[in-house]
Amino acid sequence: MPSDPLTADHVLEFPGGYTRTTGPVIGRFLTELRDGRLMGVRTAEGRTLVPPLEYDPATGEPVTDEWVEVGPAGTVTASAWVHEPRENHPLDRPFAWALIRLDGADTALVHAVDAGSPKALPPGTRVRPVWRAERRGHITDISHFAPEVTKIVSPVSTRYRLTASPSLTRFLEGVRDGVLIGCRCATCEKVYVPYRLTCPECGNPIAGEVTLPDTGTVTTFAINNLPDPRAPEVPFVSAYILLDGADIPLIALVGGVPAHQVRQGMRVRAEWVPAEERTLSMTNIRWFTPTGEPDVEL
Amino acid sequence: MREVAIVAFAQTEHTAHDTGLSEPELIAPVIRAVKEQSGLSTFGFTCSGSCDYLAGAPFSFVSALDALGAWPPISESHVEMDAAWALYEAWVRLQHGDVDTALVYGFGKSSLGDLRTIMTLQLDPYYLEPLGLDQLSFAALQAGALGAPREALDAVAMRSRQDGRNNPYTFDLPLEQGASVVEPLKEWDIAPITDGAAAVVLAAGDLARRITTNPAYISGIAHRIEPHYLGMRELAVSASAAEAARAAGVGKARVDVAELHASFSHEELILRQALELPDDVVINPSGGALAANPVMATGLIRIGEAAQRILDGAARRTVGHAASGPCLQHNLVTVLEA
Repeated sequence: MPSDPLTADHVLEFPGGYTRTTGPVIGRFLTELRDGRLMGVRTAEGRTLVPPLEYDPATGEPVTDEWVEVGPAGTVTASAWVHEPRENHPLDRPFAWALIRLDGADTALVHAVDAGSPKALPPGTRVRPVWRAERRGHITDISHFAPEVTKIVSPVSTRYRLTASPSLTRFLEGVRDGVLIGCRCATCEKVYVPYRLTCPECGNPIAGEVTLPDTGTVTTFAINNLPDPRAPEVPFVSAYILLDGADIPLIALVGGVPAHQVRQGMRVRAEWVPAEERTLSMTNIRWFTPTGEPDVEL
Repeated sequence: MREVAIVAFAQTEHTAHDTGLSEPELIAPVIRAVKEQSGLSTFGFTCSGSCDYLAGAPFSFVSALDALGAWPPISESHVEMDAAWALYEAWVRLQHGDVDTALVYGFGKSSLGDLRTIMTLQLDPYYLEPLGLDQLSFAALQAGALGAPREALDAVAMRSRQDGRNNPYTFDLPLEQGASVVEPLKEWDIAPITDGAAAVVLAAGDLARRITTNPAYISGIAHRIEPHYLGMRELAVSASAAEAARAAGVGKARVDVAELHASFSHEELILRQALELPDDVVINPSGGALAANPVMATGLIRIGEAAQRILDGAARRTVGHAASGPCLQHNLVTVLEA
């Protein structure tokens, strides 16, 4: 007749806390800390210990009575990242533990750093203490450390009103109607799309409009992994598409195919939004999508 | 130095949870086992290692004596440390020459409380403990200081868990990295919470040969310690393990097997370097602490496992290592020879 095991909860604690004397060295450090100063103590060999100890750990000799102010800034020598802070931790959000060599010290202090991200605290990062509003002579008088200011973020947002040129307006009218309007140079006979008024190669006037098909070939492309408001998903592919009959490629999105399958020479066709949704905008073409035809040698 | 050998070793089938065994109930089987192996029923000296904070009760080790038969009074001592240091004390005691045998045992149940927090209580009360710096945090800080590539840590963790699956006393842990706990540590870089115990019998001189065919003679044993405060020492290396290894004579001849008390993957990398172990040395064939970690017996088990290879006739010269304190502060190295 098995039964649940008998269990009981048990707490080991010293009600009110455990009182400890500090001794002269640790007491001096904590007293200075209460005043908002970080102090180190010199060893007989001339090293500065922070936090101070009564004896030089390297030799066992008592430290001298020479005190020096250190910090407040310091350099991180190593760190660890806490994803889930625990009840007794100095910060209630993810943070780093770090060994911090305060300026003027020969040893490192262990404390928490509010670094924001695990990648933000490589060795060499400069940090400064963030003091508690009320100090009482305790190592936690330093709430935590924070990285020094090394960069700022400046939002930039200026507004413009653009008016489409006559040639662009003509091209977009075509797009509204579901056709791609290009043009041919009267002198050199190059075919351009979008429609324009002068030939960028020979500088001569354009002869007239040419209607181009909505099929073409990918000449080169880029896989974009950063979101863009103009793209429907990430990653997305932006490509140069040489429309059939054109001499200059058009930049457009390629979709309907995994990004890693897009290739040079791939045959594609424009995927238009339904006629009733079209406006005077290139968004009428959602993207170009593979036709399934054999690739073209470029 | 008086010749002293390990002549018997036993450990529990460790558990990941509290089975409810009291201290005497936990250790009695391993005491009985080493008595049977050695044919000894009484010992010139007895020494144990345990930590009251694991049970949360003062002098919890005293009740463990009930498993020994301590009346009429025996000569007995205890270290509030891993029992590897109890073995060291027993070895020193045997050097006096007036007694010839010693029983050493260690035990711990880390399933009862929160080991991460309990280990905070070993830190200095002025500068570290008030920060709530827990065990995984200070270990991760050392791993960060070492900066070892992830593949090197994974190789240690994978090999330890695979070897642990072949060891009947340790756990069958999944062969996967697990979540990131405190970066850079993943779950499998961390020794599992474990309850368990182990015991060893030491015998001096010829008595050892009369007890067993292949005594594991302690040809060298030494321990060294470093400053407690983490910022006062170079965390990426272990100067104390290196010095203890030199003092114990690790490098004087070829080592077949080394059992290293690495509670985290990166600690093994630091220790291999400190002990200057060549690549052909078999490391932790037991699975090591990453396969089972009965705190306060784990270090003794490393020495016991290293000795067992010699007792079995499988190895000629082995090394057992134990560690104590935060970030490998204190290291004990034992060289065992056939």
